[in-house]
Amino acid sequence: MNDRPDLTGLLAPSCPAPAAETGRVTLPHGAGAGASARLFETLLWPRLANDLLAPRHDGAVLGAAGGRLAFTTDGFVVSPLVFPGGDIGSLAVHGTLNDLAMCGARPLALSCALILEEGLPLATLAGVVDSLARAAADAGVPVATGDTKVVERGKGDGLFVTTAAVGLVPGARELGPGRVREGDAVLASGPIGCHGAAVLSVREGLHFESEIMSDSAWIGPMVEALLEAVPGTRCLRDPTRGGLGAVLHEIARGAGAELEIDEAAVPVDAPVRAACELLGLDPLFLASEGRCVAFVAEADAERALAALRSHPLGRGAARIGRVRAGAPRVVVRTRMGARRLLVLPEGEPLPRIC
Amino acid sequence: MRLVDEYRDPALAHALATAVVRRATRRWTVMEVCGGQTHAIVEHGLDQLVAPAVELLHGPGCPVCVTPLETLDRAASIAEEAGAIVCSFGDMLRVPGSRGDLFAARARGGDVRVVATPLDAARLAERIAPQPVVFLAVGFETTAPAAAAAARWALARGLANFFLLVAHVRVPPALEAIAAAPDARVHAFLAAGHVCTVMGTAEYESIAARHRVPIVATGFEPVDILEGLALAVAQLEDGAARVENQYRRAVRPEGNPAARALVDEVFAVADRPWRGIGLVPRGGLVLRDRYRALDAEQAFPACAAREPAREPEACRAADVLRGALRPPACPAFGRGCTPEHPLGAPMVSPEGACAAYFRWRGAEEAP
Repeated sequence: MNDRPDLTGLLAPSCPAPAAETGRVTLPHGAGAGASARLFETLLWPRLANDLLAPRHDGAVLGAAGGRLAFTTDGFVVSPLVFPGGDIGSLAVHGTLNDLAMCGARPLALSCALILEEGLPLATLAGVVDSLARAAADAGVPVATGDTKVVERGKGDGLFVTTAAVGLVPGARELGPGRVREGDAVLASGPIGCHGAAVLSVREGLHFESEIMSDSAWIGPMVEALLEAVPGTRCLRDPTRGGLGAVLHEIARGAGAELEIDEAAVPVDAPVRAACELLGLDPLFLASEGRCVAFVAEADAERALAALRSHPLGRGAARIGRVRAGAPRVVVRTRMGARRLLVLPEGEPLPRIC
Repeated sequence: MRLVDEYRDPALAHALATAVVRRATRRWTVMEVCGGQTHAIVEHGLDQLVAPAVELLHGPGCPVCVTPLETLDRAASIAEEAGAIVCSFGDMLRVPGSRGDLFAARARGGDVRVVATPLDAARLAERIAPQPVVFLAVGFETTAPAAAAAARWALARGLANFFLLVAHVRVPPALEAIAAAPDARVHAFLAAGHVCTVMGTAEYESIAARHRVPIVATGFEPVDILEGLALAVAQLEDGAARVENQYRRAVRPEGNPAARALVDEVFAVADRPWRGIGLVPRGGLVLRDRYRALDAEQAFPACAAREPAREPEACRAADVLRGALRPPACPAFGRGCTPEHPLGAPMVSPEGACAAYFRWRGAEEAP
């Protein structure tokens, strides 16, 4: 497996949106899948490339006197600002700290920039900031620095949050797609897609029989339990925008290997499945905000699962697939026993016509 | 999930597939008509389970991808130049017209929104009157009743700012055209279950009899599709050609009389161009006279295409849509024509046949 993956697979089209041709930013550019990947590869990556970005990980690990720092940043533009199971404030903290956790880092401090749209009710802002502060306190991480800007009415979506965080990587921990090996087991820490389904259900004004709650949570302690039990864990990823499907594609490319996923083994809560059936969506591409995907050596798989399940957030952990030799791609073994390629969809998941 | 899980039972699916393979004494070609069925077939790999006894051909059943370029251009123009809010189903927004898709129109400043039902668009119109709201009404007989309900609701309330840009298409005339083609390769059809739920199965009787082709109204889950195939293959082996109903839990022979009456009140059958095929006689719906005030084409005449949009010459969509050409056999497949840069209808929407092949089998099947 090579360390410099062939990127042609990434650019392989999956759907007809010729988003790159319009010369403007379109919504699919932000959805974590095909158009996002192209934007990254053709516009952002060539302009920003450096050694710290090169490993294509969730954060950068910086050498520093006495240890190694992990550093990450994230922007949050969720609509609506408050959704079942969370809001943009707690989401910003969870998302950012989870990116550090994916590097094996323990968080030290957060920064937070708020971009407010003229007209946003101060009560809404206060609620979001309360939630943000509570989430940071729960994780024991101070918000060390911040910034606030206001844009004119109509130039923002109420409130955008940008966070950054630094953390410390203890000992000799090394996690990353480049460490994934043929034969490794692929684990999911719990049911996927709850966050995406929860946000979609309120955004589309759909009322399901059972309310779907976001899984937004800080998973640092669960990850620590895993890394303690299996120090040789190869790679961790949290399946946020673009969902499990997008993460698997990234890892397949980063590892230069084929990933084979058992469709029946991927944990999906029944209400999320039902919502996906109704809307014609694939839960594999719905975001989670309190889950992770772990790659471990086959010999460590059972121990890793036990460690994940020992934490409340990892109770639903499952082995979902394996790493195989072959071209970087993701193959799904269907419930019927057939094999098919998992192809990145274009842009935001959209309900189908029928 | 009840009514889903039992139709995805791998053991039952394998038993049905085995029965199909055992029963077939030669290689049969069966076309599933609906993009939703194509979706299920490729998602679950059902074609692999019945090969080589049955070759599945993917039919024209994606109402999104057969929506003409002109209609998409007109919708974009209504949003960008006439200042109306254009609403449609989610997957319609990604289908490119001459100047990109409706997302691109939105990025250029047009107000384009996704709605879950046509009635949502009508309610939006009532809320923000007098700003015009246009619903791009696409779909088969399945979605036409909802569009008709929205039209009736708007007319009853006297809404002067709600319009329909009608692009509804009808399935039976397309089946008829496919079955009648001199080079037809289709031995049997799996008719789209949801269309039959609304329209019933009577319309297919004459097609089955005239063209000696079995037609099985079929659902959308793996067990449905495999059972539909088993029924079709049994008829073929027996030399029969009749209409059968696999989707008995949803389809009655008479369909849904209330929905049919609603469609009939609002829409009239008319010739309609299908992207990739051309004009299909009686292949679509138009608003009846008493609903003409809701017609977006009449309300925004300046937004009509200035010159007719032309499909690229290299595209053999018409052959693919009627099952005469396998997508990978098209010279443009995977070369000039990809899902990112589609030349023709079946590559345009993810549920189109060429897109399905490209997506699940990759370009390596290109000649």
